[in-house]
Amino acid sequence: MSAAPAIAAAPMPPAAPRRNESSASWRVTDRLGLAFAWFLGILFCLITGAIVLYLFVQGIRYLRPSLLVTNPTAGYSESQTGGFLDPLVDTVVIAVMSMAIAVPIGIAIAVWLSEFGRPSALARVVESTIEMLAGTPSILLALFGTLLFEAPWLGFLSRTAGGVVFGRSFFAAAAMLSLLALPLVVTSVREGLQAIPSHVREASYAVGKTKSATTRRVLLPAARPSVLTGSMLGLGRVIGDTAIVVLLLGNTLTNDPSGSVPILSALRGTGSTLTSYVYYNAPTGDGDQPGKAYAAAFVLLLIVLVLNIGVDLMGRRGKGLLWNS
Amino acid sequence: MEFLSPPPVRRLAGDHADIGHLNGNGNGRHHGNGNGNGNGNSNGHHQRAPVFVGARPRLAPTTIAIDRMQIEDVSVDYGRKRAVNGVSLPIRQGEVLALIGPSGCGKTTLLRSLNRLTELTKTASLDGRITLDGVDIATIEPTALRRRVTMVFQQPNPFPMSVFDNVAYVLREQASRRPKKRVLHGDVEDALARAGLLDEVSADLDHAALRLSGGQQQRLCIARALAANPEVLLLDEPCSALDPQSTQVIEDLIVKLREDVAVVIVTHNLQQAFRVADYVAFMYLGELVEYASASQLFSAPRQQRTKDYVSGAFG
Repeated sequence: MSAAPAIAAAPMPPAAPRRNESSASWRVTDRLGLAFAWFLGILFCLITGAIVLYLFVQGIRYLRPSLLVTNPTAGYSESQTGGFLDPLVDTVVIAVMSMAIAVPIGIAIAVWLSEFGRPSALARVVESTIEMLAGTPSILLALFGTLLFEAPWLGFLSRTAGGVVFGRSFFAAAAMLSLLALPLVVTSVREGLQAIPSHVREASYAVGKTKSATTRRVLLPAARPSVLTGSMLGLGRVIGDTAIVVLLLGNTLTNDPSGSVPILSALRGTGSTLTSYVYYNAPTGDGDQPGKAYAAAFVLLLIVLVLNIGVDLMGRRGKGLLWNS
Repeated sequence: MEFLSPPPVRRLAGDHADIGHLNGNGNGRHHGNGNGNGNGNSNGHHQRAPVFVGARPRLAPTTIAIDRMQIEDVSVDYGRKRAVNGVSLPIRQGEVLALIGPSGCGKTTLLRSLNRLTELTKTASLDGRITLDGVDIATIEPTALRRRVTMVFQQPNPFPMSVFDNVAYVLREQASRRPKKRVLHGDVEDALARAGLLDEVSADLDHAALRLSGGQQQRLCIARALAANPEVLLLDEPCSALDPQSTQVIEDLIVKLREDVAVVIVTHNLQQAFRVADYVAFMYLGELVEYASASQLFSAPRQQRTKDYVSGAFG
């Protein structure tokens, strides 16, 4: 038998010319609807643009490089109150800690829901719990967190003095913040897994692989764009949250470690993030240093914008390399 | 003036159908118009035998035939719906068995029950006995069974990794990353060579499998299925998502493979069944209507329903 001939791509038929329909031929009501849609679309762009522009202008006005490398201090004027090094660092620390909890658990829940989901009653309960969690205001989680982490058996996670557990620490805040990110991770990963056609799973089973091997080697790699998207969305939520940080991170101006073990002491101690820093320094806050608040808000906005662009790029990169269903 | 040969017609023409002219054979009106395609198979004068329009000649049957699997009075139900009803068939190495029949006749279900993939459907239940080399497959661990009876699906479904890793995944234990690439290199190339893909991909084995063409992807899936060194290879309409050229390459491959492995192919394409199969089983409404050698089933079917189906009267 002769060698297999090279497979050439079949020539594509010429694309049918796309008819560019003009809305001029539409009925009046449809045209009004279209105009309204346009109006709303442009309005929302304008609102968002105005917020970004306002913060940008204010941020540029007040942001000095020195603010990024000095710590906040108590004081009554902008020249006395220092920068926001600690809040910036703490934002990153808190984000990393929260995601370290939310991503593995979120993936595990999504895999269980999508690939196992037995018994189905339990799956339904888990599903609605996740949905409920997604709709819970973060201040409720924060309040619950203060109760939970003041429990004596969780004393090792925060400052304890004379048998009284303070209940505020990086651990406490990160644990509660991870609950904010969790539903986003679960939903996104689950959707990614369910988008994989069943014959791909079966192809893996059909060469003698178990469900867990299939999930680890085939399904999760295929759902990687969804994992990244969900994580980015969750990260945005964690970085942007204020209530939990104010209530559970102690909201001290600078980091206030507890204990003597180098890293553990810092994480058992208190601090503040950019959001709580903005909250503290806003005109209505205790600090009342609006210039600092604008500068920090601008940095926060930049971080969130970069994250959003990241989500967009990852969402796009994952497309186009998949199977027919 | 040059004439193009007519495009292959994906249908079998029965003896009573008025398609003589398509062969450019024995029909005055079209004489000299569609002729010259050198179709050695055209058989239009014969009123008894069906005619395969544009068919390539079949390959000679093999001489060896080793019993691999026995399907003994097997019925499969999905809940209350009976999908397969009391089917008994032998599956032999050295022969290609084609399962044909209209949509929903249970041929894919029967195929999936051979490596216990039907068990993934919660409602499915199986009666009867299927043996592999004399052992009831119900007593074999599913993962072990599925390495001995591997399957290729309708849609090409390479895993989202490199060409090399697609094959290496099968060679490695479950989710393990060992043995290392270097160790597996020979086995991977061997499997790719058996699937006739090595020449095209050897330059870049780290190429993303999903970037291959559809036909190459499907051959990669065959390579993957062969890498486990199975006794039986199940093909579920492996060419239905492919272009004619890729189809031909895969059909040639199937015929070549039958020496080493028992091949069962489900197909909607009767010409394909005729081209690749040694034995054909015609199923209808979950029942096995007729099982015969390909030449007999297509030229002299014993059952009226088979005759109607292969002549294109229904289905």
